[in-house]
Parts: sequence; structure tokens; C-alpha cells
Amino acid sequence: MNSSYIFSLILVIILCVVAYMGGNAEGLRLVFGVMIPYLAVFLFVLGFLRKVLGWAKSPVPFSIASTCGQQKSMPWVEQNKLDNPSTTFGVIIRMFLEIVCFRSLFRNTRMRFHKSTDGVKIAYDWEIFLWAGALAFHYAFLVVLLRHLRFFFQPVPWCIQVIEFFDGFFKMEFVGEVIDIGTLQIGLPGVFVSGLILLAAVIFLCLRRLMSPKVRYISLASDYFPLFVILGIAVTGIVMRYFAKIDIVGVKAYTMGLVMFKGTLPPENVGGIFYIHLFLVCVLLACFPFSKLMHMGGIFLSPTRNMTGNTREVRHVNPWNYPVKTHTYEEYEDDYRDKMIGVGLPVDKKE
Amino acid sequence: MNDKKLIIIGLLIFFGVCSSVCWYNWLSAAEKGAPEPLLSEKAKAAGYCVVPKDKMKAEHMKILDQWREHVVRTGKREYVIPETGRTFNMSLSTGEDSCMGCHSNKSEFCDRCHDYASVKPYCWDCHLEPKEKE
Ligand code: HEC
Ligand code: HEC
Ligand code: HEC
Ligand code: HEM
Repeated sequence: MNSSYIFSLILVIILCVVAYMGGNAEGLRLVFGVMIPYLAVFLFVLGFLRKVLGWAKSPVPFSIASTCGQQKSMPWVEQNKLDNPSTTFGVIIRMFLEIVCFRSLFRNTRMRFHKSTDGVKIAYDWEIFLWAGALAFHYAFLVVLLRHLRFFFQPVPWCIQVIEFFDGFFKMEFVGEVIDIGTLQIGLPGVFVSGLILLAAVIFLCLRRLMSPKVRYISLASDYFPLFVILGIAVTGIVMRYFAKIDIVGVKAYTMGLVMFKGTLPPENVGGIFYIHLFLVCVLLACFPFSKLMHMGGIFLSPTRNMTGNTREVRHVNPWNYPVKTHTYEEYEDDYRDKMIGVGLPVDKKE
Repeated sequence: MNDKKLIIIGLLIFFGVCSSVCWYNWLSAAEKGAPEPLLSEKAKAAGYCVVPKDKMKAEHMKILDQWREHVVRTGKREYVIPETGRTFNMSLSTGEDSCMGCHSNKSEFCDRCHDYASVKPYCWDCHLEPKEKE
């Protein structure tokens, strides 16, 4: 038993129950359908701006670009231009690859005891699964999010329709013979792979934290919480799409009401699962700026990645330095030259 | 510090993206509310659908899926609802008492909703749309 994940799990379950009951209570539809979503978006946007502005105010006293390769030095020493860029353009490339490909996660290694004929040795091997899981998770999340914009844009822009087309490209439909357990039949609507990949990736990332003793040891409740919330969102979304069908046109009328500030309520018969989905999304948004999820904004501001590796060429001066009053040796000698010569001390300048 | 300028630009982009759901819809003229699917004369005359309207709205694609499955695998094309004794012709587009048999006005019925919700059923790659009279 580990109190961290039990705590998060119980919290998320309580949130689900609250949303389910709130959605079904007649008088609370306004609270759960309109007020809480607005509050959550408000907290998200303002919290995000405040956090980043706070970071912008922080000093960067040292040049701490992480050096993962040879820095630019003598002409005959080959520079690693990607890992230790000395120009702004190089930094842009490095940041781009970091944000788009998670390059530093790609280098993830794992320490193991390696048994060989001459005893047990410590070995580091390449561990790619965290990178693969994280990449799948983030891209699936992005695609699901972009596809959801069909609920928030009218007319639905062309680019979102393109995403829908490719996401549903496989025209995957499990025929009843394969999966047919009573109502559990998946057919139409066609399957969007991104939703399923998102679910699989979240489950993988949860299991990684739960199964590996080393990762579990360093995991806190605040690490499990977003995972469980996103798990809840993905499960309820998939349930709504493929099993407990809901009135999508009614839902879109509601979401359009939200963005047009009309205060439309969700459709009457939309069901508790929709409210769980919506409430967990609100919780995620509201917690976002105050949790580790802020790495979304933070990655752009990480000094180890976004500073140029040119410490041998340019002296990094902390822009926050205030002018310090100094008294150099030359000035000292000027002050005491007579006395120094008087007692026979050597001086640099003899008048 | 010059980074501050960059950060402010980044935040403006962030805010612009977040608020796009508002300004995009304010700028575009399209009708924002739910569309009204128009019932054809035939459907009006019949007065009922396969299941009640609320359920139909959410679950019509499941029904189509079951019909397709049933017809293609068993060859039987008649669908009887035991409670009411109503019979339907389990077909998307052919004959009386099929979906399009009653809803012969695809562009004013099916498409109105589908455009709004951005769904494009690929069924019409093979199945014939009913010809709509002007
Ligand atoms: C009340 C509005 C409405 C009407 C009227 C309507 N549909 Fe739909 N239909 C939808 C929505 C919304 C979806 C998408 C559901 C989803 O994304 O889960 C859908 C999905 C479908 C799908 C599955 C598409 C896919 O690729 O997933 C088919 C097939 C379909 N409709 C057929 C029809 C036909 C045929 C008609 C006309 C007889 C029709 N619909 C009328 C709203 C409507
Ligand atoms: C016998 C004629 C008939 C047949 C066959 C029929 N419908 Fe209907 N349908 C109707 C009528 C009438 C309504 C309006 C019901 C009401 O207002 O209560 C309706 C309503 C609907 C609605 C909800 C529209 C709205 O305003 O939200 C959808 C979606 C729909 N039908 C799709 C289908 C599909 C898909 C099929 C084939 C599986 C089908 N219908 C077969 C007559 C029919
Ligand atoms: C690749 C071509 C193709 C596509 C795409 C297609 N169908 Fe069909 N469908 C067929 C064929 C062929 C039959 C068999 C016709 C028969 O036996 O009368 C059939 C039969 C059916 C039937 C039962 C018989 C009838 O007359 O309608 C239904 C219902 C049906 N399809 C629904 C759908 C739906 C809903 C879609 C879209 C999601 C779809 N089909 C897409 C080829 C297609
Ligand atoms: C206010 C915000 C949101 C609303 C109103 C909303 C609403 C919905 C609805 C109505 C569905 C069913 C779609 C269908 O039947 O076609 C759905 C599905 C889904 N939602 Fe959300 N959602 C929101 C935010 C999110 C977020 C932030 C995520 C997390 C990435 C998410 C993940 C999913 C998933 C995975 C599905 C399954 C189906 C699919 O892949 O599209 N949702 N959502």
C-alpha cells in the first residue's frame, strides 16, 4: 500500500461521484454545466499567465545550458552543433526537437545489475519505453483535444476535418461477432484511434509508476492525480462515444452556448457520464497552473535547454546585476602610494 | 532583458489560441444553435421512427450498424418491433420503410446534423442517395 496513489485514486473517485450526482440533480445543472466550466477556464488562463510572468521575472544568474556534446572551441575540434549550439538558430533547432520529439527523454537510461561470468556489474542500458509512452500520450492528447474543437467552432474549420479524416482513416469497425456482449457492441460510429491510444498510454504511464519500485518511491500524490484524472476523462469519453450514446448535436449546442456566452445548459438527457467527463476536464484545467502540468509552459523557459552553449566565447552577465562598488588594486595604490614607498613596499607605479 | 519581450509574445500567442474559440465564432456568420432537421412529407405521414426521437438522435448509427450486420449475415430484411408490431425494411437506402424511404430529403435532414457535428458517414461511397426533387 502506498498512500500517494491511494489518496489520488480516492480523490478522483470522489470527484466522479460528485459530478455524477451533481449532473443528475435538477438544480445543479447550471452549477456543473456552466459555472464550474467558466471558473475552471478562468483559473487556467489567469493562473497560466501569472505563473509564466513570475518565471519571466526570475533572474538567470548563470549560463547553465546543459552540454550534451562538444562545445564550439578550436577550429580543429568538432562541435556538436545540435547538442551544444552556439548560435540562436542552433538553439531554436534544439528547442524544436526537444518540444516536438522529446529528445532528452529519448536518452533515458536505466541502471541495472548485470550478471556476467566475473560477478555482478552495474550496467546502464537504454530505456526507450518512457519516451515512447510519453510521445504516444502527448500526441494522442493533442489530437483528441484538436478533434474536440468541432464542439467549439461553427463552422468546423477545414483543418479539424482533416484531422478527423486521418484519425478515423482506418475505418475501423469491430463487427459484432468479435465484440458482442449484450450492449457492448462497437460498430458505428467509426473508431478514432487517438482516443484509444490515449487510454492505452495513460494506463501504461500509470502502471510504470505503480510497478517499478524505484519510480513508485519518488512518486507523490501530485504525480498520480493528473494521471488518474486523465484516465477518467479518457474512459468516460470512450464510453460516451462507443457505448452510452449521447445527443452530440445537443452537446454542441451547449458548448457553442458556452463560447458565445449564452449560458446554454447541457441537454436534459445527456446523462451523468457526460458530467463526469466535463467535471474532470474542469478539475484538470483548474489545477493545471498549480501543478506539474505547467511543464507545458515551462519547457519553453528551461534555461538548460534554451541558452546558447557559448560560455567560452561570451561572458554571461546576469542582467539583474546591479553596479557593485569596487575598489581595485590600482586605486588602492593611488591612495597609499606615498606611505607604501615610505615603508619600502614594492609598488607598480612609481609616480 | 530581451527575453522578456519573447515571453510576452509567447503569452500573447497562448492567449490568442485560448480565446480563438470565442473570436472565431464571433467573426464567422454561421448559425451557432442546433440545426432543425426537416422531416419529409413521408416521414410526417408515418409519424414514428424506429425508436423514440430522443433515442434516435443519439443511437441511429447503432441501429444502422445492427441492420447492416443482420442483413448481410442472415439475409433477412424485415425488422419487427414486437411491442407495436411495426415493421421496417432493414435498409439504409432502398425501398419503403427504410431510413431513406422515409427521410428522403438527405440534405435537409441527415446532412444538417452531420455538418453541424462534423461527421461524414462514408456510407454514400457505395449506397445511393435518394434523388431529391427540387
Ligand atoms: C439529430 C441530428 C442527426 C440526424 C437528423 C442524423 N444524424 Fe447521423 N449522426 C449524428 C451525429 C451527431 C453523429 C456522430 C455521433 C458521434 O460522433 O458519436 C451521427 C453519426 C452518424 C453515422 C456514423 C458516422 C461515423 O462515421 O461515425 C451514420 C452512419 C449516420 N449518422 C447516419 C445518418 C443517416 C443515414 C441519417 C438520415 C436518415 C442521419 N444520420 C441523421 C446526428 C444526426
Ligand atoms: C416510417 C418512417 C421512418 C423510418 C423508416 C425512419 N424514420 Fe427516422 N424519423 C421518422 C419520423 C416521423 C421522425 C420524427 C419523430 C418525432 O418527431 O418524434 C424521425 C426522426 C428521426 C431522427 C431524429 C431527428 C430529430 O429531429 O432529431 C433521426 C436521427 C432519424 N429519424 C434517423 C433515422 C434513421 C437512421 C433511420 C433508419 C435506421 C430512420 N430514421 C428510419 C420517420 C422514419
Ligand atoms: C464498400 C461499399 C459500402 C459501404 C462504404 C457501405 N456499404 Fe452498406 N452495403 C454494401 C453492400 C454491398 C450491401 C449489401 C446490399 C444487399 O445485400 O442488399 C450493403 C448493405 C447494407 C445494409 C443492409 C441492406 C440495405 O439495403 O441497406 C445497411 C443497413 C447498410 N449497408 C448500411 C451501411 C452504412 C450505415 C454504411 C456507412 C457507415 C454503409 N453501409 C457503407 C456496401 C457498402
Ligand atoms: C469542455 C471540454 C470537453 C467536452 C465538452 C467534451 C465532450 C466530449 C464528448 C461529448 C465526447 C463524445 C464524443 C462522441 O460521441 O463523438 C467526448 C469524447 C472524448 N473525450 Fe471529451 N470533452 C471535453 C474535453 C476533453 C479533454 C480535455 C480530453 C482529454 C484529452 C477529452 C478526451 C476525450 C476522449 C478520449 C473521448 C473519446 C472519443 C474520442 O476519441 O473522441 N475530452 N468528449
